[in-house]
Amino acid sequence: MSEMSIDWAGLAPMIIVFASAFAGLLIEASVPKARRLVVQVGLAVLALAAAFIAVVLNAGKSATAFALEGTDIGSVALDGPGLFLQGTIALLSVVAVLLLAEQRTTRGGDFVSEAAVVADSAADIAQRRESGATEIFPLTLFAVGGMMMFVVAGDLLTMFVALEMLSLPLYLLCGLAKRRRLISQEAALKYFLLGAFASAFFVYGMAMLYGFAGTISLTGINAAGINSNEPRILLYIGVGMIAVAMLFKAAAVPFHMWTPDVYTGAPTPVTALMAACVKVAAFGALLRVFNVGLQSSAWDWHTILVVIAIATMIGGAIFAVTQRNIKRLLAYSSIANAGYLLIGVISLGDAVGQTMFYLAAYGFTVIAAFAVVSLVRDGDDEATDLSRWAGLGKNSTGTAVIFTVLMLALAGIPFTSGFTAKFSLFSAGLEAGEIGLVVVGVVSSAILAFPYLRVVVLLWLNEPAPDAPTVNLPSPMAGTVVAAGVLATVLLGVAPGFLLDIVSEASTFLGT
Amino acid sequence: MNELPLLSALIAVPLIGAIIVASVRREQADTAKWIALAFSGAVAVITALIAIGFDYGEGADWLQFTESYTWIDAWDLNLSWGIDGIALLMVVLTAGLTPIAMLAAWRDLDSVKRSVPAFFALILTLEAAMLATFVSSNVLLFYFFFEAMLVPMYFLIGSYGTGTRRQYAAVKFFLYSLLGGLLMLVAVIGLWVANGGIFDWQTLVEAEPMEAGTLQNWLFLGFFIAFAIKAPFFPFHTWLPDAGGAAPAAVAALLVGVMDKIGTFAILRYCVPLFPDATQTFAPWIIGMSVIGVIYAALVAIGQTDLKRLVAYTSIAHFGFIGVGIFAFTSSSATGAILYMFNHGLATGLLFIVVGMLALRRGSSSIGDYGGAAKTLPLLAGIFLFAGLASLSLPGTAPFISEFLVLLGAFTTSEPVAVVATLGIILAAAYVLWMYQRTMQGNRNPELDDVPAMKRDLTVREKALIAPLVIAILGFGFYPQPLIDAITPAVDNTLQFVQDEPDQAPAAGETNE
Repeated sequence: MSEMSIDWAGLAPMIIVFASAFAGLLIEASVPKARRLVVQVGLAVLALAAAFIAVVLNAGKSATAFALEGTDIGSVALDGPGLFLQGTIALLSVVAVLLLAEQRTTRGGDFVSEAAVVADSAADIAQRRESGATEIFPLTLFAVGGMMMFVVAGDLLTMFVALEMLSLPLYLLCGLAKRRRLISQEAALKYFLLGAFASAFFVYGMAMLYGFAGTISLTGINAAGINSNEPRILLYIGVGMIAVAMLFKAAAVPFHMWTPDVYTGAPTPVTALMAACVKVAAFGALLRVFNVGLQSSAWDWHTILVVIAIATMIGGAIFAVTQRNIKRLLAYSSIANAGYLLIGVISLGDAVGQTMFYLAAYGFTVIAAFAVVSLVRDGDDEATDLSRWAGLGKNSTGTAVIFTVLMLALAGIPFTSGFTAKFSLFSAGLEAGEIGLVVVGVVSSAILAFPYLRVVVLLWLNEPAPDAPTVNLPSPMAGTVVAAGVLATVLLGVAPGFLLDIVSEASTFLGT
Repeated sequence: MNELPLLSALIAVPLIGAIIVASVRREQADTAKWIALAFSGAVAVITALIAIGFDYGEGADWLQFTESYTWIDAWDLNLSWGIDGIALLMVVLTAGLTPIAMLAAWRDLDSVKRSVPAFFALILTLEAAMLATFVSSNVLLFYFFFEAMLVPMYFLIGSYGTGTRRQYAAVKFFLYSLLGGLLMLVAVIGLWVANGGIFDWQTLVEAEPMEAGTLQNWLFLGFFIAFAIKAPFFPFHTWLPDAGGAAPAAVAALLVGVMDKIGTFAILRYCVPLFPDATQTFAPWIIGMSVIGVIYAALVAIGQTDLKRLVAYTSIAHFGFIGVGIFAFTSSSATGAILYMFNHGLATGLLFIVVGMLALRRGSSSIGDYGGAAKTLPLLAGIFLFAGLASLSLPGTAPFISEFLVLLGAFTTSEPVAVVATLGIILAAAYVLWMYQRTMQGNRNPELDDVPAMKRDLTVREKALIAPLVIAILGFGFYPQPLIDAITPAVDNTLQFVQDEPDQAPAAGETNE
């Protein structure tokens, strides 16, 4: 008789989210259409809030969730970083769900219910007129559950399951935009194909690492890095493959090609979800894999990761300069930010807390930025072309002030979270001796400031066109999202002390 | 010592003022102006209290009126304020020049559709940020305000500036400063890592000086380039003519008069005491650059066709003198450089304001649009000449003393430098006098008669705002002793890091006869 002990409280956040997702599917089948939206949004928000509370109740824990006859099974590691990132994902996704639920900007919401209908066919035009594609809420919950699992996965197989769990709903969500169906479908297909490739890489890399270490648990791989007698080439290939898959999700150069197209084509609320939550999940997993699983082989991967980080920082910043579309601009800026975050990954243990701080700060800022994008409208559609934003400060002063604050935060001006996050991340990088990377990061920040500043120039210093876009206000849901994002941006800029304390306490991975 | 938290008040008052002014409705422009003026007046009163309470004695503490409140413990970032003689002079300059600039801009916005409350709120924000950089005694806190200052100035240039290139100028200003600032950020973090997590300036200065070597050199360069861009020193100057040319004249007066001084002030406050060996290593190079700047900028100034750009170039030349003064490491040259910072603020501030008055009347700041203007504007032309002469350091005006002290100090360090720099004075006479001649004297430009405003000489408001500057320039020209008394202890304290034996600062009486 083997005795399995399970930490149910520790698993509660994920259980709540997954269970609610299944409940959401049942609601689709049973609740009348008119009432579905309210029920679904309510359920999703409550589930995520409950998950957040459950995460908070677990704070301070540092143990595996499963143990067999007193021996830990490392498949789910509930430790400081894992719990902090779970909490961050839960909070950010509450905000993102509110944005998904916004109905004021487009009547009946921004989504259609069938992604696969041929774009602009009669059936497609008919489904655009229908309101309320509420399947998006259970889909989102599945994705969020996957992300929460991704950051606590203690072995590669669990990690792979989580990766698929978070990816598949996202592929679908990308294709559900009500406007510009064709681009949306293209984005979904592109993301799916490339994502499928990345997943295949992951599995192959996992096989190689198993061959090298004889185990798929991260701690086992780390131990094998020191004392395995298998050919080291297996380790190199394995690490490379797994890194490709994860850097793909994190949108690092040269695995970033999908980012601008998918960010542009996906419905803006989904883009916000990807830019904020998926980024947290991807970097959470990267941090865990490199800190727990690959620390002993740091010498083997250090150089290549440095090259990737530099390419990401510089590439993202330079491409951002030439963009004429606000969503593409934010996409490239998210690529550059992935580069800064890689500094944190490369710096290993010293920088875990600071990287998590950066993720939280960036997540709130970027979600608010996309929320503003979804509010600025040309008739029925979003006015994403930058030239249409000219002179927004004249007619919609409040929105322009908010967007200016967000742009300044992204540019890293003091008194915003952008500065505190950069400061803490770069100082951790310097402390770990990565002087070159930090200098490149700074230069890249200076380049990246230019596109942000150009947006500010457009908002304030240019005359509005006669048929300037309108800002759709008041939109209670999106308004809440913007308010939450801006509040967090300013709060973390002026009084980051509390969060810095939290991340410094929660920065030790189980098994390091 | 004084019990009141005067330095906190110095920052808080303009910030509160900015919030109040920003919330005034757009239609009530006059209310906004008066509230803004009242708040900047209050800042001036607080400054006067500080100046009265300041201990000018030899044995006084380096930093006075110190206050400290915990902010972000994890980074040793505290709201620490403290003021020395050099900072005191800069604070007096800021607090004095801001209300004058506000008065100078009083009618600038009458004819444009821009929001007046926002303009004055931005000026108050700028004042708060600039004052905060002078009185911060924490390296990271200084950095916060050093960067944050860019935002109000960016909008003042880009949104309220003149000319078609104002957006270009604003963005260029912002990016130049931001790049410098970010390089400094690396150095700031590097300093933090190197000394084990200390940002408090006083602790840093009292600690064992940093080991000489590569690390110190790089950190010095990180700080210095940021300050050299801000100042601006040749060859980091190219943003200034654009920014100064595009900014509204009153804002340009603050930009060149005060904000640029933060660069030179910070070199004295941070580069010299924190990185003494690197300062000495790079001093010859910096002096060389400064001398080139003096000559180069003066030559370029002669060729300018726009008044505001011309004045901006003269400032670059003047900053060359300041650079020579600081890095010659003699008491007299450093004293001169600091006096120069103060006096240049007065003289160039006045010059920009007068140019602004001219430009508002004529609707253009291009030299070609003037000619013989003195006939109908005798008083304005007279003040214009006075400001020009002050800025070329005519004896009897305040800048003369500072330039003389700088050259005197430089002469003891390196004769060739002093000789070449002296050429700058001759060139200064050329650009000032030629500028005056082309605009005010000679054949009258017939187009001027079609502009009715060109016949309105100084109004009461304009006289009132010019008078204090003229009085200060003349007053400190004849009796600079109070200024010298204020800065001498701070100069000695600063130079002890780079001198083996302090030499004697000459008393003003010897120099100004």
